[in-house]
Amino acid sequence: MDMITEIVSSFFEALNLIFSGNSFVIDIAIRSIYISGFATILALSWGIPVAMLISFREFFGKNIIKWIFNISLGFPTVTLGLMLFLLFSRSGPLGIFGVLYTPTGIIIGQAILITPIMVSFSVSALESVNPEIRNLAKTLGASDFQASIAALIEGAKGVSLAIVGSFNRAVSELGIALMIGGNIRGFTRVLTTTIALETRRGEITQSIAIAIVLLFTIAGVNIVMSLIKRLWLR
Amino acid sequence: MNIKSNHLVLIFIILGGLTGGYYILSSLVTQETERTNLIVSTTTSIYDTGLLDVIEEDFEAKHAIDILFIPVGTGQAILHGQRGDSDLILVHAPIKEYDFLVEDYGVARKIIAYNFFIIIGSPDDPAGVKDGDIIDALKHIVYSGRRGESVWISRGDDSGTHTREKSLWKDAGFEVSSLVNEPWYLEAGAGMLSTLRLANEKGAYTLSDTGTFLKFNTGTPIELEILVDQTKELINVYSAIAVNPDFIEWVNFEGAIQFIEYLISEETQDLIANFGGDIFQQALFFPAVDLLKSGSGGNESQWIIDIAFLDGYECPPQYRVGQVQLYD
Repeated sequence: MDMITEIVSSFFEALNLIFSGNSFVIDIAIRSIYISGFATILALSWGIPVAMLISFREFFGKNIIKWIFNISLGFPTVTLGLMLFLLFSRSGPLGIFGVLYTPTGIIIGQAILITPIMVSFSVSALESVNPEIRNLAKTLGASDFQASIAALIEGAKGVSLAIVGSFNRAVSELGIALMIGGNIRGFTRVLTTTIALETRRGEITQSIAIAIVLLFTIAGVNIVMSLIKRLWLR
Repeated sequence: MNIKSNHLVLIFIILGGLTGGYYILSSLVTQETERTNLIVSTTTSIYDTGLLDVIEEDFEAKHAIDILFIPVGTGQAILHGQRGDSDLILVHAPIKEYDFLVEDYGVARKIIAYNFFIIIGSPDDPAGVKDGDIIDALKHIVYSGRRGESVWISRGDDSGTHTREKSLWKDAGFEVSSLVNEPWYLEAGAGMLSTLRLANEKGAYTLSDTGTFLKFNTGTPIELEILVDQTKELINVYSAIAVNPDFIEWVNFEGAIQFIEYLISEETQDLIANFGGDIFQQALFFPAVDLLKSGSGGNESQWIIDIAFLDGYECPPQYRVGQVQLYD
């Protein structure tokens, strides 16, 4: 079978896997979405305040902090996975929490992985917001915090790109899911670890099919986000 | 910008919903874990065949234990055991297993199954190794490689297969540390299947396990064939080792022993013997327990003793920690 027919037939197998209600693939896709979605929410919860601090405040070392976040955009997931494995391992310093080989462990790892994306993208979005907005809000009697929220809302489009980018990176990464999750069937097996496993097993068609499911997942989440943007962030 | 505060509220409701959903899902998981968990780090060559999926379903139906198989290489499986991150390891590298026992990390080792490593190469066989002795075969590959006629691909990933390859080179009188510098000796640094693909591309020789090769052979048009098979030096023995509860107090030792007892039971050994026959027209693994108990099976039980016994025992008595029922 040549490459093209292989890809085409995998595409149809992927459609078949999704629409035949094959619970194995659906389960894995749902697990991927909730793990990476939750990681994105976690990263959002600490990433946005940090981004606001960097964008709206002047302090010593600000550029160095921005620079550190920018270079950690390219941090290899396998290395981060290994470092977290040593931390979360039962003999490691955080071993007593027992998060190794659990979905929670992957969530924490992915949240750390995508924090630089969340912060860097949000900072560049917030810095491009006209500073007059904050000044205007303050002249209208807003507190400093309220003025920052006003600027955050103004930069919401850029921040939504940070959210989408973070989710995409989380859902498509392999190293952390493999090292921290362990690729346990029915428990920590996500789309990317399934692709790695099926490729190693020689099930190429299956592997391409699941890659297509992954792309559909990312596309779906992106469509939902752009709908949100269209409806509420005009 | 006409975003209203109620839209923000809506976003927070969505976020809240996702959070709630996560907790509901995770509580479902916790309900399941009223059964105890047994974490088993296993070599990929046995996991990737799908045998362990069958074993997992069968075992979980019979016991109140959930098995979590972590598919990694033998090297990493041993690391998991040493750090107390798994309760039991399934591996195939007797030399490393010996250290694992001696360093007090592992106890109650039990040989479960075996098959054979094979030397794979292109049918024109430039080094002329077909059906010969393995040590001679390796020597011929070196000489023909140095003449620029053959290529050898090594796994180069510290897996069980790679460990065996290194000890075979040593038996043939070569140092791997110097071989790696020669142009005909390539390290794939990858799993068995990727290594076979690379060997197929280059028409090279390599060492493979039988299961992966059969699978590769049925899936893709392939130009490689088995050249050396079924000799003593190529026997590939899989064992289960429990992590020592005296050394690492949190391991599920009871579960590990139950799983070993299950693996060596007659039904499971039959299950292993019959696995894969319908797809490959031949067994991927041969059960080892009965063979060793009765000493039957001609050469092969002696080969297992020669290659995979440690100090003359399947598990030296001081590492049996009172689990005598495993060694009747």
